[in-house]
Amino acid sequence: MAGIFIDVEVSDDVRGDCELAKKLQEACPVDIYAAAQEGVEVVEQNLDECILCGLCVETAPPGGVRVLKLYDGGAALER
Amino acid sequence: MRFYEYESRRLVEAAGIPVTDYGFAQTAEEARKIAQEIGGPTVIKSQVLSGGRMKAGGVQFADTPDEAARHAEAILQLEIGGHMPRGVLVDPKAQVKQEYYASVVWDGTAKKPLLLFSDMGGVDIEEVAEHHPEHVGRGHFSNLLPFSDFQAKQVIAAAGVTGRELTRLTPILARLAGLFQDRDMTLAEINPLAQLEDGSFVALDAHMEMEDEARPRQKAVLAELGIADDDVREVHEPSPFETKVGAVDAADHRGVIQGKDTGFHGNLGLVIGAGGGSLTLTDAVRSHGGDPANYSEIGGNPSVAKACGLAKAVLEKDGVEKLAVMMSIVSNTRVDIVARGVIKACLELGKEPSETIAIFRIPGAWEEEGFKILERYGIDYCDRSISMHEAARRAVASFQEDPAEAEAEAARP
Amino acid sequence: MSILIDEDTTFIVQGITGREAVNLTRECLDYGSKIVGGVTPGRKGREVHGVPVFDTVEQVVEHNGGRVPDGSVVTVPPAFTKDAVLEAIENGIKLVVIVTERIPRRDVAQMVELAGMRGARIIGPNCLGLVVPGVAKMGGIGGPARNTAQAYQTGSVGVMSRSGGMTTEISSTLTAAGLGVSTAISIGGDAIIGSTYAELMPLYEADEQTEAIVIYTEPGGRMEAQLAEWRIENDSRLPIVAFMAGRFMDDEEMKGMSFGHAGTIVEGKEDTATEKIARLESAGIPVVERIDAIPDAVKQQLSSPRNES
Ligand code: SF4
Repeated sequence: MAGIFIDVEVSDDVRGDCELAKKLQEACPVDIYAAAQEGVEVVEQNLDECILCGLCVETAPPGGVRVLKLYDGGAALER
Repeated sequence: MRFYEYESRRLVEAAGIPVTDYGFAQTAEEARKIAQEIGGPTVIKSQVLSGGRMKAGGVQFADTPDEAARHAEAILQLEIGGHMPRGVLVDPKAQVKQEYYASVVWDGTAKKPLLLFSDMGGVDIEEVAEHHPEHVGRGHFSNLLPFSDFQAKQVIAAAGVTGRELTRLTPILARLAGLFQDRDMTLAEINPLAQLEDGSFVALDAHMEMEDEARPRQKAVLAELGIADDDVREVHEPSPFETKVGAVDAADHRGVIQGKDTGFHGNLGLVIGAGGGSLTLTDAVRSHGGDPANYSEIGGNPSVAKACGLAKAVLEKDGVEKLAVMMSIVSNTRVDIVARGVIKACLELGKEPSETIAIFRIPGAWEEEGFKILERYGIDYCDRSISMHEAARRAVASFQEDPAEAEAEAARP
Repeated sequence: MSILIDEDTTFIVQGITGREAVNLTRECLDYGSKIVGGVTPGRKGREVHGVPVFDTVEQVVEHNGGRVPDGSVVTVPPAFTKDAVLEAIENGIKLVVIVTERIPRRDVAQMVELAGMRGARIIGPNCLGLVVPGVAKMGGIGGPARNTAQAYQTGSVGVMSRSGGMTTEISSTLTAAGLGVSTAISIGGDAIIGSTYAELMPLYEADEQTEAIVIYTEPGGRMEAQLAEWRIENDSRLPIVAFMAGRFMDDEEMKGMSFGHAGTIVEGKEDTATEKIARLESAGIPVVERIDAIPDAVKQQLSSPRNES
């Protein structure tokens, strides 16, 4: 189930980064990231709970993850 | 939470206050056995959480065990004030010389417990206080200093009682005060407190209420009485809507939602908050001729799932056509999160958000983001410059076919 | 001027490492309040937004060179609140704001009784604290500093409310109408609270900045009757305007049900909205039916000479 209001894009550069996956899982207060075997996994059913805190964007290298506001023409959350 | 009489009596007894040799029965057969053991005339009393038992026929007198069983049979099937009894109490019929009254309640102004006593028991104390004030004694006592017997004596004496009665009543009132404090009661009442022909005193009826907030630390007492944690004892049995909202709230620790619909019968679903805001908004809707389908409260920054769950429960109620989503200015709960929740609820139920949500009036934290979402879905929303009453009026007006006519209607005094 | 707090007021936060307390600390600091320490047993040595955390109130006092902070905001779980408040009072703190809800009445009554013996004042429990617009706030009232500034501007009206959220709604209305707020207090929604309307009135009475009072109230309890009596007995200079929510609870079907706050339940005749409105009005306190009617009612009271007696 994808989000109605929020989408998260993980760039190909960081998707396989298991270290980062762990950090993201810890950073996101609403469990949108999970550390999977293959790296960063997005937990789709939690997407709409995103509180736009920006912690994931800060945790990842620039451009690594993008939080998109689907209700705002797909605008990305600023860093 | 309120206790049944048989539980109250056990609490009273455990506090060292004499009671009669009563028994609790859940079948006619049990009632017969207890009556047999008592071996004389008995009183059969419905164990139900509503007042007016006597009038409703929930208290009967029996001369023989057979009669006791017959009365028990009937009372066990008698609904009183919307509640079925949990059982019957079988009490030996006492030879009463005089009835007294004793209770302890909280006085919110003095912020202390208030001990009340009267030598005119068996009737409504408020009436005695009004017509025979000289027969009522009262006195506050400390929460920090231990209760001392003289405080009970003063209260008894103030009602005009002296002699052996005063000295015999003193320990009873002192123990009642102790029970009130030790068990976190909000009401501890013995009425009547009867003096028997032999001069001794017994509690013939007791009404105890414990503060809900204190239940965690009174666990042992409640367990002893066999009261489970989920036995909440509301005045009304929870409705399906209330149960559903309770489950949504319990499923997620973020934020708090509440929903009630006992006494509400309308077509306008309310997703409103917080405590004071909900009271204000419910009044506002009614003052504009609106008919709420429910009462609700959102607070403490709930998750999207929780706001969604509440909105869905409201929308699924029979007869609900539209939702009004309104709160006083929020500083902790987030506008955007609630907006997401209520829109999600509409979409998941296959309803068009712009037609289902009559008005959205939640100003405050994260409103810029929230208003973007509402705009995207074409929902009628307003900011803090529109008052809660005006928002409520718009919600009610949205039910009228012709908007112009609705405006005119609402403008009339 | 203001009541209870001013720009020099120092306070601590007990339970400072809790989730809501961390937010509240940030909001108060941003607003300009002076938080001189925090207490969470076992967390000594940590910092919350630059505020040092200690194990006991006594340590905070030591750390501050023996100076006792003026106040404390208590936001610890209900089972530990009484101990925290007694700790604050016995260490000499004179103003305690209790945010925690669901505290058993016996505990509240004990805290209040001790406060009375020690000359300390309690605001709450189950409240959001108080704010002097543009100067300081003590508690989560108004939310983040930016939002607080938006709703609360300096002015002449003292606000007291049994509902935290409605404190801000009413103040925002007064601000928008150009009247502004002198000191706004969320007094708490429980059946027993540290400071009632009538108990706070003498402070407003002595505050030159305050020219009128607005209260938000609900069914349940005798607090409005107490205010009405106070006003008649003290010949107060301050006009009072009241708003009463929960009129729907007067319906027969709603008897004995509790809505909103723990203190809001109609048990007897005196508790109903109708009865309270009558009582207030007979004491010369108009009761308006809408929040947006409050500013005009205040202005009317301010411009008309006292017409009682
Ligand atoms: S912005 Fe915050 S809530 Fe949203 S995905 Fe990133 S970390 Fe999670």
